[in-house]
Amino acid sequence: MSEKKVTRRNFLYVTTGAFTAAGAASIAWPFIDQMNPDASVKALASTEIDLRPIVPGQSITVLWRGKPVFVRRRTQEEIDEAQMVALTDLPDPQDDSERAINPEWLVMVGICTHLGCIPLGQKGDYNGWFCPCHGSHYDTSGRIRKGPAPTNLEIPEYVFLNDNTIKIG
Amino acid sequence: MSDNYQPTSAVGRWFNDRLPLLNLIYGHLLPYPTPKNLNYWWTFGGILTFCLLTQIITGLVLAMHYVADADQAFASVEHIMRDVNYGWLLRYIHANGASLFFMAVYIHMARSLFYGSYKEPRELIWIIGVFIFLLMIATAFMGYVLPWGQMSFWGATVITNLFSAIPVVGESVTNWLWGGYAVGSPLLTRFFTLHYLMPFLIFALVILHVWALHVPGNNNPEGINVVQGSQDTVPFHPHYVVKDLFALVVFMIIFAGFVFFVPNILGHSDNYIQANPLQTPEHIVPEWYFLPFYAILRSVPDKLGGVILMVSAIAILAFLPWLDTSKVRSAKYRPLYRQFVWLFFADVILLGYLGAQTADGLYLIIGRIATIYYFVHFIVIMPLLGFIEKTKPLPKSLSEPVLSKEEREMKAGATVSA
Repeated sequence: MSEKKVTRRNFLYVTTGAFTAAGAASIAWPFIDQMNPDASVKALASTEIDLRPIVPGQSITVLWRGKPVFVRRRTQEEIDEAQMVALTDLPDPQDDSERAINPEWLVMVGICTHLGCIPLGQKGDYNGWFCPCHGSHYDTSGRIRKGPAPTNLEIPEYVFLNDNTIKIG
Repeated sequence: MSDNYQPTSAVGRWFNDRLPLLNLIYGHLLPYPTPKNLNYWWTFGGILTFCLLTQIITGLVLAMHYVADADQAFASVEHIMRDVNYGWLLRYIHANGASLFFMAVYIHMARSLFYGSYKEPRELIWIIGVFIFLLMIATAFMGYVLPWGQMSFWGATVITNLFSAIPVVGESVTNWLWGGYAVGSPLLTRFFTLHYLMPFLIFALVILHVWALHVPGNNNPEGINVVQGSQDTVPFHPHYVVKDLFALVVFMIIFAGFVFFVPNILGHSDNYIQANPLQTPEHIVPEWYFLPFYAILRSVPDKLGGVILMVSAIAILAFLPWLDTSKVRSAKYRPLYRQFVWLFFADVILLGYLGAQTADGLYLIIGRIATIYYFVHFIVIMPLLGFIEKTKPLPKSLSEPVLSKEEREMKAGATVSA
């Protein structure tokens, strides 16, 4: 086996290459990052909602970060239905208590987890939501039951500021 | 030179047999024979290519955030500066990049003037260069209008009004340019479109520029014909690749100095005031790189005459290969031209200084003298010098001046020791 000697020139090649790569990467980053959400978009990242006008069995849709968010005041029947389901029947098992801070209020991003259409409310085989694009059925807790969607409707981060107001984001 | 190139990898050979793109790149960038004595003034071609690419890339990115509408343009630029991630950096690179682009192009042109690079057989390279320069002027001017500040608006007003100097159809032409009866949204939108288009036209011309250059090969500081592939040439790679890269790194350091330490020093603060069609700023000046031509425009006490002279100041460059009657290229071997060319550079710098001053009193008089001299240089001095100048004898090869010097020193050393 012939031993390769590390020459001064090898060292210079490698260090020059390394510095060039680091320089190129640090120059490239601003050009990539400029496409990320900017400060004016991030400033709109939370939305407050007044719950008082909503009666049981009624939903509203609000815009949060440019996406629709369903806020539904569920009826007792819907809550019972959501809580009674055996987790083994669910493709994406999740208990209703994990999906609603207060069982009466269901807050979720109104975008089908399949390919991004907006599901229609109180439709479908499970009396929840039904996506018209490719036929995904969601139940009264917004969990996927049938169809091509892989996961349950997303629950955004939100808090109850008081009994009548929630803040999303 | 390039015909016998064979890529080493099988994939490379497969590709190259079907589309000899690698041949082309290889031939023009690697063994391409280059005179061995090119100095650092010859590195500006590479620097200018870098400038063009920087402007295209940063411009592309800025266009993702900019809105070309009179009501929103100014705010969208502020949005880029404050909200967009690294928007400030991208805009400062683009704005200062324009200035540095012109700095580099003026040095590149001055080098050509000094060493006679525009002369036979390189006339077409020079003329394509003049067209590139013209497109650069148009692009830079339109780009300066886009932020829709006070200088943008009134610069656009003044320059578009130049066309109203055209007899008979002047007014119709300006209304056509504006898409209205004054500078406004329609003009801004079409300027944005053209500002986006022109760099690609420049890029196409640059390809022709380099193509035309690689037919006779580079001129050199001695200005003599060099036989390609002879002892007087070296392969472009690695010799000039490394030299160009080194010069480029130095240039980038200066560029970064502007961008990070004095990003607004070459601009005008009035352009941070939103365009107001009801009020002209007290003192309008174009960007520094247009000042010499602006001074020529203002030195003529006639609307049409001023416009004609300003356009001629650039157009006359295209005729330079025939206005210069001397057979010798490099100013090194032209004792008179060597002085006149420096006088001409000084005259252009003086015009640039005057362009930034108010156009009255002594400034106006000096401006007129400097303008006259600008044209005298091209129309009188250049043609005459060829006949009256006694040029120095040219070396037979690039080695000769260097070797004979060594020989002289050796002889001198021998005398001392004896």
